[in-house]
Amino acid sequence: MREFRYDVIAIGGGPAGMAAALSAKQAGAEKVLIIERDRELGGILQQCIHNGFGLRRFEDELTGPGYAHRYINMVKASDIDVWLDSTVLSAAPGGIVTSVSPQQGLRVATGSSVVYSMGCRERTRGAIRIPGSRPAGVFTAGAAQRMVNMEGYLPGKEVVIVGSGDIGLIMARRMTLEGAKVKAVFEIMPYSNGLTRNIVQCLEDFGIPLYLAHSVVAVHGKDRVTGVTVAEVDAALTPIPGTEFDVACDCVLLSVGLIPENELGRAAGLHIDAVTGGGVVDQFRETSLAGYFAAGNVLHVHDLVDWVSQEAEIAGKSAALHALGKLPPAGEHRPVTAGDGVRTVVPQRLSPPSGQLSVRFYLRASRPMGASILRLHADGNVVWERKLRVVKPSEMIVAEISWKKLGSSDVLEFTVVPAPVEADSEPAEEEVA
Amino acid sequence: MTRHVHAIQCIGCPVGCGGEVVIEAGAVIEMRGFTCDKGQAYAADEVVAPKRMVTTTVRVDGGTLPLLPVVSERPVPKDAIFDCIRLLRSVVVQAPVEADAIIVADALGLGVNFRAACSIAEA
Amino acid sequence: MMAHKGMASFPTRADVVIIGGGVVGCAIARELARYSLSVVLLERAPDVAMGTSKANSGILHAGFDADPGTWKARLNVRGAQLYADVSEGLGIPRREIGSLVVARNEADLATLDGLKRRGVENGVTGLEFWSRDQLLSHEPNVSPDVAGALWAPSGAVVCPFLATIGFAENAIRNGVRIVTECAVTGIDVTDGRVAAVVTPLGRIQARYVVNAAGVFSGDVARMAGDDSFTITPRRGEYILFDRSAGSLVNTVLFPTPDKVSKGILVAPTVHGNVFIGPNASEVDDKADHETTGVGLAQIVAGARKIVPALPLPTAITEFAGLRAAAGKDFIIGASPVTRGLVHAAGIQSPGLTSAPAIAEVIVESLREEGLVLSPNPAFVPDNPRRPVFHEAAPTEMADLIAANPLYGRVICRCETITEAEIVAAIRAPCGARTIDGVKRRVRAGSGRCQGGFCGPRVTAILARELGIPVTAVRKDAPDSWLFLPRAALDGIDLPTRETSHA
Repeated sequence: MREFRYDVIAIGGGPAGMAAALSAKQAGAEKVLIIERDRELGGILQQCIHNGFGLRRFEDELTGPGYAHRYINMVKASDIDVWLDSTVLSAAPGGIVTSVSPQQGLRVATGSSVVYSMGCRERTRGAIRIPGSRPAGVFTAGAAQRMVNMEGYLPGKEVVIVGSGDIGLIMARRMTLEGAKVKAVFEIMPYSNGLTRNIVQCLEDFGIPLYLAHSVVAVHGKDRVTGVTVAEVDAALTPIPGTEFDVACDCVLLSVGLIPENELGRAAGLHIDAVTGGGVVDQFRETSLAGYFAAGNVLHVHDLVDWVSQEAEIAGKSAALHALGKLPPAGEHRPVTAGDGVRTVVPQRLSPPSGQLSVRFYLRASRPMGASILRLHADGNVVWERKLRVVKPSEMIVAEISWKKLGSSDVLEFTVVPAPVEADSEPAEEEVA
Repeated sequence: MTRHVHAIQCIGCPVGCGGEVVIEAGAVIEMRGFTCDKGQAYAADEVVAPKRMVTTTVRVDGGTLPLLPVVSERPVPKDAIFDCIRLLRSVVVQAPVEADAIIVADALGLGVNFRAACSIAEA
Repeated sequence: MMAHKGMASFPTRADVVIIGGGVVGCAIARELARYSLSVVLLERAPDVAMGTSKANSGILHAGFDADPGTWKARLNVRGAQLYADVSEGLGIPRREIGSLVVARNEADLATLDGLKRRGVENGVTGLEFWSRDQLLSHEPNVSPDVAGALWAPSGAVVCPFLATIGFAENAIRNGVRIVTECAVTGIDVTDGRVAAVVTPLGRIQARYVVNAAGVFSGDVARMAGDDSFTITPRRGEYILFDRSAGSLVNTVLFPTPDKVSKGILVAPTVHGNVFIGPNASEVDDKADHETTGVGLAQIVAGARKIVPALPLPTAITEFAGLRAAAGKDFIIGASPVTRGLVHAAGIQSPGLTSAPAIAEVIVESLREEGLVLSPNPAFVPDNPRRPVFHEAAPTEMADLIAANPLYGRVICRCETITEAEIVAAIRAPCGARTIDGVKRRVRAGSGRCQGGFCGPRVTAILARELGIPVTAVRKDAPDSWLFLPRAALDGIDLPTRETSHA
């Protein structure tokens, strides 16, 4: 067993871990380590061969591997240590991170600060309790994506997709381009959980039907899946008797949600937000465990990798300042809560400011709305607001709010409420195509 | 002369603006709802000549990974997507491959190159 | 050995053929391995433990349920004792955590009184009544409106897969042949006595046949002209929760039983998960392992009567098993019709618990039928111990990786299972041949992500170790292929420019 000492350790070498490590380095941390389980950096981006990454971060439209490689090159150009093919077994108080790898055996690295950047995992069939048999051919969309895009195998020829999360939509297009027939996408909610652009370019472009408010009520097949039974659901998401119909398929791909991968934190007693599934953090992205920070999908599931990188820059910089003794002790926290129309808000609490001019908040709405107003209430008074053209639970709302507005109230709460209707003048003579 | 209003959902970026393009005599005469230049250009194209970026993988010989992701340099006409995919299916490249290397030049005479999305080292 | 490269040719004769590679058949195989005999076990599925043995409660019952004098009563208590003796040596995970039968009212308490008396008669030791307070202090998540409980300290939990595999591996180590993917299609009977077993792979001459075919045991009996019993499969559905819910209950919790079943339980598994179930519904199809919306709702409602706050969001899988029911008791011993045929049939609860005791009785039956039993001098009772990486101390971990670097590569991150353990599970006697075979042996893919992350990696390891293409790797059943080659769709023409216009 060998022991190592670092200023900042990032657990996970996906977009969050790489951005956190780079930002820690820039903020003055001397010894920085990334521990990555796979044989290369990049995480799940490596299997996301579609484009659309980096429009904000790089003002360029990149593929997942392309986005990853920009960061990998930056990491290579730095003197950040990278341990590949290494799995972290535990991350204990005091920043003691124990990992194993085939070549290096058991290694214990102690970090003055540690950034959780382990990403997330997919919800499974079991978690949503789809009844029926348990044949082969039912995959989570991400697992299938890896097999198709990285290994070159196909999970089936006739595909039903359950859930309209982005990975499911992307896989609908991928499987179509690979020559498979994608029969339909079934979404239990009355609205899609994917980005609008993906509905258009992954489903509509290929004539793949999207059934909203529909749920798979049974999986059929003994050895290999042969089909599913689908039913419409009511407002309580309960299947409506008499609406069932069967769809034949040899493959079911599930895109029914992502869950932050917080097992290391949980084992160490991390305080977890029941709604996001990630740690409760302050504006520095410091968790309830001293010296442990979090960023990316391990903290809350993001829609865009660009936000992951941004958030990881905050966490990485804070981790460096903590390691250098420049981050003030936590002190009293003020809660930031999700009010009407808001499902999640990160950070969930504020520590006293420390040289920051503003705080960046990431929010998710609880339901789709048209034109709306995002408001911040301090002890009940509106102290900040912004108009939103459209609000979708699938899309992150990002708000950068200055400390002047945040003031020193006891409780901060975000709400999203519909904006007053403005009369639009529509020329009457036009024919709508 | 009849004007046609086409409702277009922009896919240029994740903001996903929805807007309208008004066409008269085959030409765009008005656009509303799009919030950037890129969106305007996309919306106009989408009515007249829709285009899409194309990504897929090609086989790699002697690499650390069996597949190389490739991406079109620019959007290709939507009705040529499957032809591009068919073309790229038969392509096999030899490792190592550098990121941005041209894998297929001027695919199908469309004037669009397909490039490596990342590098792949020799096994 | 199972079918793979270098396998011996199909056997043409044997002293004893065992039909069925469930826990009962495998325990019998291991018991027969104590003697100098040629023994062949035939299993229709690609692996052992593929029927009732793979979908049950995994409980070693204390033994107070069955009526005194029945096979169930006799063999339950004996079986539980045998597990205590052999589990460690055979590598069968087992935890003696005790069981509680929870009473909700005075009538239930009266039933418990009867259970206790029956238990004492059956030889169950340590039974005692617990007050409501005692129960709630031991099980704080139990509903507060309970009246008391019956405590059985000898109740235990066991891994039903590794029990079956432990017996099977030891049988193989001691000379038994196990042939998988070999369904029996006929039994030749000459002059009222079994002469041979017929399969698509060949015919095996044998004067003794043991019928341990689970839900198919009635069909097997009829192949030999014996229609003395019929099996009616009774399906039970389960919901399994992640280990993060493991602290929900500390012991096996039964409701007070009614006349037909032990009811819906809430219990830990030996690996630290929690499950609820089973319900009971008779089905016609002996391959019907479907869960149903109604059934799952039933077991949730039933379990809530004992533990109101169920951690439903932590559910990781649902499954159904078939009980091979044939009336009230087990059907054990020589066929009343055909000489040389011995039944271990109608094995429902407490079948898992009774299995090693059933094996003893079956061997005795065979002796009575005339089988000559002379001790096998080379019999080795134990299987070699295989390291479990995540249970090792840090220094042991370092040593394991130094000796075999594959211990340093974690494949299943949910359960911390390394590549070395997966390779060992594939290379072992009675080794894994399928994804689920790996999962049942070393738990790779049995955690909260259900193989979402490790599935592709385990697939690659199986392909490499078995020398087969990725496209030949199966989930569990014979035709449960997982992946197609990309070329499989080359024949399917993509739309052309003319036809694709959306």
